[in-house]
Amino acid sequence: MPQNEYMDRWRKLHGRRLDHEERTRKKAAREGHKASEDAQKLTGLRAKLYQKKRHHEKIQMKKQIKAHEERNVKSSAPNEPSTTPLPQYLLDRSNPTNAKALSSAIKNKRAEKAAKFSVPLPKVRGIAEEEMFKVVKTGKKTAKKGWKRMITKPTFVGPDFTRRPVKYERFIRPMGLRYKKAHVTHPELGVTVNLPIISVKKNPQNPMYTQLGVLTKGTIIEVNVSDLGLVTAGGKVVWGRWAQITNNCENDGCVNAVLLV
Amino acid sequence: MSTVLPPPSKRQRTDAAEKARVQQDLEEIPADAGSLRLQFYDETTGLPIGQGPVLVPVADATPKNLELLVNALLGHDSSEHIPYRFTLPVPDKKRTEITTTAFPTNIYKTLIAPALVSTEEVQNISAAPQAVFRVQAVSRCASTIPGHGEAILATQFSPRTSARMVSGSGDNTARIWDCDTGTPVHTLKGHTSWVLAVSWAPDESKIATGSMDNTVRLWDPKTGKQLGNPMKGHTKWVTSLAWEPYHSQKLGEPRLASASKDTTVRIWSANQQTIELVLSGHKGSISCVKWGGTGFIYTGSHDKTVKVWNTDNGILAHTLNSHAHWVNHLALSTDFNIRTAFHDHTGKIPISDDEKVKKAKERFLKAATIQGEVVERLVSASDDFTMYLWDPSKGTKPVARLLGHQKQVNHVTFSPDGLLIASSGFDNHTKIWNARDGKFINTLRGHVAPVYQCAFSPDSRLLVTGSKDTTLKVWDMRTLKLSVDLPGHKDEVYAVDWSPDGQKVGSGGKDKAVRIWRH
Repeated sequence: MPQNEYMDRWRKLHGRRLDHEERTRKKAAREGHKASEDAQKLTGLRAKLYQKKRHHEKIQMKKQIKAHEERNVKSSAPNEPSTTPLPQYLLDRSNPTNAKALSSAIKNKRAEKAAKFSVPLPKVRGIAEEEMFKVVKTGKKTAKKGWKRMITKPTFVGPDFTRRPVKYERFIRPMGLRYKKAHVTHPELGVTVNLPIISVKKNPQNPMYTQLGVLTKGTIIEVNVSDLGLVTAGGKVVWGRWAQITNNCENDGCVNAVLLV
Repeated sequence: MSTVLPPPSKRQRTDAAEKARVQQDLEEIPADAGSLRLQFYDETTGLPIGQGPVLVPVADATPKNLELLVNALLGHDSSEHIPYRFTLPVPDKKRTEITTTAFPTNIYKTLIAPALVSTEEVQNISAAPQAVFRVQAVSRCASTIPGHGEAILATQFSPRTSARMVSGSGDNTARIWDCDTGTPVHTLKGHTSWVLAVSWAPDESKIATGSMDNTVRLWDPKTGKQLGNPMKGHTKWVTSLAWEPYHSQKLGEPRLASASKDTTVRIWSANQQTIELVLSGHKGSISCVKWGGTGFIYTGSHDKTVKVWNTDNGILAHTLNSHAHWVNHLALSTDFNIRTAFHDHTGKIPISDDEKVKKAKERFLKAATIQGEVVERLVSASDDFTMYLWDPSKGTKPVARLLGHQKQVNHVTFSPDGLLIASSGFDNHTKIWNARDGKFINTLRGHVAPVYQCAFSPDSRLLVTGSKDTTLKVWDMRTLKLSVDLPGHKDEVYAVDWSPDGQKVGSGGKDKAVRIWRH
């Protein structure tokens, strides 16, 4: 039987020692003195460990105090359930974060001309052709001349794409690295939706990559936002909207993008 | 210097010449197409018109001719000629169900030639009487009036004229607008929080506003001054307001009912500004109150019930439970006539008070009488995706359950002639129902976001819907198709109203500007 169980058993049989309460009280009362002495006297690794522990304790303490304070605040009965006025029929409904704010935010933004050319990721890492393409060395002639390339990055391939005859196919876009959907985040709302990609608008590395539909960090893509129900000023449903890729898709196995507003 | 247009290109010229040369082929109806046997039914009552079916040659079977025929069958002379809308059941090509469609202008081409309708059988044509006046579909934004500092939450036109409209807003004011010139008239300041409900008295002498600050205030629309003091009593915000119908008021002593989130309805005497009655019994927030013309008040609440109260003593008459979730909105078949009282499409207002009451009563009875009985029907829209059609005078059993919406139903309204029900919901659709038996007629698809409100034109031929997708859409009730799309709002449209004289549509929403639409 381990020691602590013997101790438990003893306690159950005989109870605590008679001055137990007094001893614990005194120990608790001296805790501050002990802490201060430790803080002053300890040196070296022990001091480091002690300070770390104390730091965590203090954080916990502060958090707890804050929680207590918040509980004690007497709130003047909130007169209005939200800050934006709502009609009577929408008052008691929990309004889902609406993608509608999207379109108004976009409209406001469009008023500033300069905003047109600013994107969330203004600079991208240059990718050399060696990194982008692998020389395909299969077959007798192909290997000898070395004119065929395999793209080593994720790509978007449109639904109407058909492969050219092997003889003319200079670039191979591997099936395993093709993407049809992107996780698109709206920067203001912080909402992320999985949306189909419509096309690749601009790959900042090279215009040829745009043509090939290569998805790298910083690429501008067009996504299908029709299920968000956005409407233009003319009352038409917004279909496509641009987004910029924010992750290294080739490392992550998914495409994350941020909507351009 | 004005810009000179370039001359038309050669292709344009040849196209135009080609068009001029070729004659458009006329749609001929063969002489041997036979005759249709038509049996007319009155849509208001469901009873047949005339004795037995009538034989009509196919070539002559146009809605215009049928209108003459029905008027003759009913013995109307030329002075009391009434326009009719004809519908007939046609089997759907894709589904097995039978759908009701409008009677086409060329029945041979559209129905007989594709073998949808045969000349062998008797066709049951339902004839719905239409208003003798005609409202033109609004098609343009006549004015955009800024002024409110926050979103507009409620709008209502004056019952007398389309020149005045009141709007309640989140900036704690209500404003009266001159819709002819597109200018503000008065600002009704006083509330300390959002104005959630606005309502003109049926005789146009007062405006009531209900607010988030738990008070109801009355205003004089002529001067824009507040009448008396704020009417305090509610402990939560006011959600809905209803004036006592003009014909049942004690002369010069109008009463007002206000529904509140605090689960009570209070009936105020508008002159003394005191509480006359408190209708308590609901267990949840009351979302809608309607004051009927037959001595009842109807309330719909978040506690899933609709309650019917006596107006003179405030005693609960019926509780209508059938809904499985909040009741969002109520509509009465006589709503339009109660709202407009003695104001009709001619614009003539009786001089003396007695005549006004008489005319209001006459209009109400005309709208409510079906087969010699005064029937006031009620439809309730709910969060359980359904609506119920009630006949509260006949008991607590619903007449029909209106199924079809795929999300919460937010707003429901009767057409002024009491023949149609339009319901709009969060599933982006507006649905049209037959008001007599609650049968589904059609779905109006077009909005891409929840439809918040809808309003019929006073002649019941058009419907306008306002939606979260920032547009208004006008729908034709004969073809049940989109008539006009009205973009222009920059944000959600919260409130829409069609003026009782049919001239204008007023709308307001989150973009803080009141918009007036007209033909």
